[in-house]
Amino acid sequence: MSLELKNVEKKIGLDTHIYSTNLKLEKNTINILLGPTLSGKTTLMQIMAGLDKPTNGEIWFNEQNVTGMKVQKRNVSMVYQQFINYPNFTVYDNIASPLKITGVSSDEIKQRVGKVAELLKLSGMLTKKPNELSGGQQQRTALARALVKDSDLILLDEPLANLDFKLREELREELPKLFENRDCIVVYATTEPSEALLLGGNTATLQEGKIIQYGKTLDTYNKPNSLVSAQVFSDPPMNIAKIKKSGDQCSFLQNDIQWKTKLNIKDGEYKVGIRPHNITTYKEGKNTLEIKGKVLISEISGSESLIHFTNGNLNWVSLSNGVFQKKVGDEMNLYMNTDEFVYFDQNERLVSNG
Amino acid sequence: MNKTVNQKAWFFVIPVFVLVAFNAIIPLMTVVNYAFQETFGNNVFMWEGTRWFKQIMLSERFHASLGRQFLFTFIILFIQIPLGIAIALTMPKEGIGVPVCLVLMSMPLLIPWNVVGAMWNIFALPDIGFLGHSLNALGFDYNFTQQIGDAWFTTILMDVWHWTSLVVLLSYAGLRSIQPAYYQAAEIDGASRWAIFTKIELPKMKKVLTIAILLRFMDSFMIYTEPFVLTGGGPGNATAFLSIDLVKMALGQFDLGPAAAMSLIYFFIVLLVCWVFYTLMMRNEEKS
Repeated sequence: MSLELKNVEKKIGLDTHIYSTNLKLEKNTINILLGPTLSGKTTLMQIMAGLDKPTNGEIWFNEQNVTGMKVQKRNVSMVYQQFINYPNFTVYDNIASPLKITGVSSDEIKQRVGKVAELLKLSGMLTKKPNELSGGQQQRTALARALVKDSDLILLDEPLANLDFKLREELREELPKLFENRDCIVVYATTEPSEALLLGGNTATLQEGKIIQYGKTLDTYNKPNSLVSAQVFSDPPMNIAKIKKSGDQCSFLQNDIQWKTKLNIKDGEYKVGIRPHNITTYKEGKNTLEIKGKVLISEISGSESLIHFTNGNLNWVSLSNGVFQKKVGDEMNLYMNTDEFVYFDQNERLVSNG
Repeated sequence: MNKTVNQKAWFFVIPVFVLVAFNAIIPLMTVVNYAFQETFGNNVFMWEGTRWFKQIMLSERFHASLGRQFLFTFIILFIQIPLGIAIALTMPKEGIGVPVCLVLMSMPLLIPWNVVGAMWNIFALPDIGFLGHSLNALGFDYNFTQQIGDAWFTTILMDVWHWTSLVVLLSYAGLRSIQPAYYQAAEIDGASRWAIFTKIELPKMKKVLTIAILLRFMDSFMIYTEPFVLTGGGPGNATAFLSIDLVKMALGQFDLGPAAAMSLIYFFIVLLVCWVFYTLMMRNEEKS
């Protein structure tokens, strides 16, 4: 089983929504489409599902050309950002609806709905209507609807985006379990890098209708092929600075901080990308660099603290463990872990990391 | 906690209070006043208790006009609501067609009511009116000024023409508020067009349709100007709906007492029907 996009392109009027895309998704994988809003995730999913036709290119499923085949014939299920359920059906009937249309026997429907309801912790509310449920339960119902039929392709379009923080965390942890031991391809669109890392599998980073990079999630994270890919896969955004390399010495262009590097590249100007969690208020890793900063904003996020600071004419973001706050305007020392630096050339392609 | 006392806030309430008093409370109280008394003019009043109410409740004339009123309202609701939904479903969802349709649909709603009556009166005249003349030319014996059936047909047609647009606009707004994802989900399930209508569109339009039915009920139950100009309540009393009958009684016969009692009964019927209908429709909504 595999899903393959061959030179798929989508134009609406003069606007190109998806630039020519090639992508092959394998059986039993979770594939994450990671990109900001309007990067083309939803359009790409609708093309995969057959809800929308590509302007050019073909979609192949199991070595069979399914371009233009109607979605009803494709054995696909989809979960949306909004909680989409039939408003005047009970939870049971909602979950059973995809099975009823395909003509499964009522005994089997009962058994399968029961099973998936238990998996999604909906057993106690099968007789309720969607508008009597909380947002989290409504989205669980929609997920159950998608899981109850044995789809070949399950598409999830930012399914957690409309949930509040706690429910999101809760459901996020359950998601990988739901897709275990399923004979299908899962495609999951999200704007949040942390969701991609949690789900594992493969990740495609998207920007402005183009797939920038596709590969194993951790590889995509650790070895971004370009600055754009690295930025898509970094939240808070990556710090970018221009540097100069001569011999085994590197230095920022905007200040005189220097460090040694084992990079085997030509001398010249480069760009370095530093993820916020690699700039901390404490030393981490073997090789650290000290940087002086003047605090711009200090905020607490969960059990971590974000400090935005200026150094030279650049604004930097740092993310440290622990909960603390700094006064705006304070001067302080921070430490950068040079082993985690990611280097890009002038064309913003990856040179090397580490 | 110590609260400061500042009675100046009452000044903000006064304008509203005065307005409501003049346009609602005082006129209503005058009617109440008339409903319990008999007058021979010169501001001489005699207490009559509930006599007028008993008289109206037992009056065959009142029963007849109330019956006509309910029949008329049910017929126009029965036509306008499904027709309005059907038109809304066929209206374009995007492009230049949207504003064009919306403006065309709003036109009948913008025409003053007495103009609508006059328009349809001329339109339906059997000798010179386009509708009347055409129907007669086609072999129908049509004359709305003389035949009861024709009078009803014309009144209903006029009301459908005048007010279906309101249902269309409300239904269209309701339909547009359904997120496209619902239609996609139904498409993935392989749901039929009919299933999409009954399982998604109708339930999602429930609130807006409740408002549409309420508005159409109230307006049609209190209809006066259009049939008054079109048929004048005739032939005979065939299209004398409640308010036409009421005006005849109050201003034609100058029976102020019974007319006032009838107004109050009329008012309570409208209030009661609206309340019962709204409560029934919203019964399940309040749980959420």
